Amino acid sequence: MKNLVILGAGTAGTMMANHLVSKLPKKEWTITIVDQYKTHYYQPGFLFLPFDIYTEKQVKKDGKKFIPRGVNYIQKKIDRILPEENKINLEDDILDYDVLIIATGSKTAPDEVEGMLGDNWYKSIFDFYTYEGALALRNKLREWEGGKLVIHITEMPIKCPVAPLEFAFLADSYFKKKGIRDKVEITYVTPLSGAFTKEKCSKSLGYLLKEKNINLEIDFAIEHVNNDNNKIIDYADKAIDFDLLVTVPTNMGDEVIERSGLGDDLNFVPTHHNTLQSLAHENIFVIGDATNVPASKAGSVAHFQAETLTDNILLYVEGKPLKEEFDGHANCFIETGDNKALLIDFNYEQEPVEGTFPFAGIGPLRLLKESVFNHWGKLAFRWIYWNMLLKGIPIPFVSRNMSLKGKNID
Amino acid sequence: MKKVIAQTEIDVNEEGYLTDFSQWTKEIGTEIAKEHNIEMTDSHWQVIDWIQEKVNEGVALSIRGIKKSGVIDIKQFYALFPGGPLKVSTKIAGVPKPKSCI
Repeated sequence: MKNLVILGAGTAGTMMANHLVSKLPKKEWTITIVDQYKTHYYQPGFLFLPFDIYTEKQVKKDGKKFIPRGVNYIQKKIDRILPEENKINLEDDILDYDVLIIATGSKTAPDEVEGMLGDNWYKSIFDFYTYEGALALRNKLREWEGGKLVIHITEMPIKCPVAPLEFAFLADSYFKKKGIRDKVEITYVTPLSGAFTKEKCSKSLGYLLKEKNINLEIDFAIEHVNNDNNKIIDYADKAIDFDLLVTVPTNMGDEVIERSGLGDDLNFVPTHHNTLQSLAHENIFVIGDATNVPASKAGSVAHFQAETLTDNILLYVEGKPLKEEFDGHANCFIETGDNKALLIDFNYEQEPVEGTFPFAGIGPLRLLKESVFNHWGKLAFRWIYWNMLLKGIPIPFVSRNMSLKGKNID
Repeated sequence: MKKVIAQTEIDVNEEGYLTDFSQWTKEIGTEIAKEHNIEMTDSHWQVIDWIQEKVNEGVALSIRGIKKSGVIDIKQFYALFPGGPLKVSTKIAGVPKPKSCI
């Protein structure tokens, strides 16, 4: 028997297990998936948790439910990948592999910035990229009476790069509903050159910040957090005051990647942009947030990657050349507050543009334009995630490669 | 759109970033720098060389990358390219500025 091992049972790893269990010949292959954690989180829900839009129950389920029968599920810590020996050291076990899929994701590393993980962590400084952070922030917001709210991105790349902007929009709605919007000053702080960095988005969406009275600080590369007087300071010595800081800490690949010597500066694994094979070892493939490919770190991207990667694993085990197929396709709903949302559909080459999706001229979803229908789409997506996406069921009319149909291209 | 700089016609986007790196020359870089009130020195060029090398390797540019580059520290980077050092230096280098997905 040959062994295919998947490291990580998050969005990408779970999808790969579901795709491969029915496609790899059972008589020849054993599929094993390893993840130390029992709970599978619906991470897009972390955006809604702080605003009491979702409950805890809606964003977490027992991970075991989503691992198909016929796949070994090992709940142990991964110590090290030994690529030269085709082995994996677990905390108290060793696994051999013929083919390895790395799906260990990305996580926040607040300790990368001096002072961030200090006395005020989860008192006046919060993240919402972890379950614990989102929940602590919810409790804080329930009793917060206003002041300076600063929403801040430490450095790129981050998971779901639009989430902090969505957070700012939802915060505006939340405080309006609470009747305290006039007591809250919202500032959005980014290391990039704008809240929108692509031309079409900038043109179509530039109005949003002004309309919602959100201040913007650009080109801000944080150097440290001053916990004595609640300021963030950047390398140009610019200081921004806050009463409540909602930060997106540095995002990094898992420490196991660093321990195994397989990553770049941020522990992301150098990966072929179109085949998803690791650049260093031909029998190691990488998917989802764990890669260094210049696509968004998002569930939809992992979903499209999973379809290409499944084909490529089958080609690889048959000794055939891989398809250079993955195009960086991402498809994301973006909450803009007041029960409206945008939809963007783009890839490595094509920036998000206006149009209709998935049907040209019909929609029903509008690209890069606010609509209530898009907001329903975003909320419906939670059901799709648990019931279709994780199980590897294709989403009707949405292809793995980005389509130009319905897009308004100049 | 087209722009004439250092007696050469080049293709740029609306923000003035070159859209075709093959059109880039040191003279063009020098002129773009002047538009930002920067007089290029050897230290500036070292950074520009490093940026072009990284972009060529397909590595995403970041302040963290600058920190580890061994070419320059971050305070110096800010001093050389004031007003958003990554967006200014990439423009001079003829490469795209770091972007998000929207």
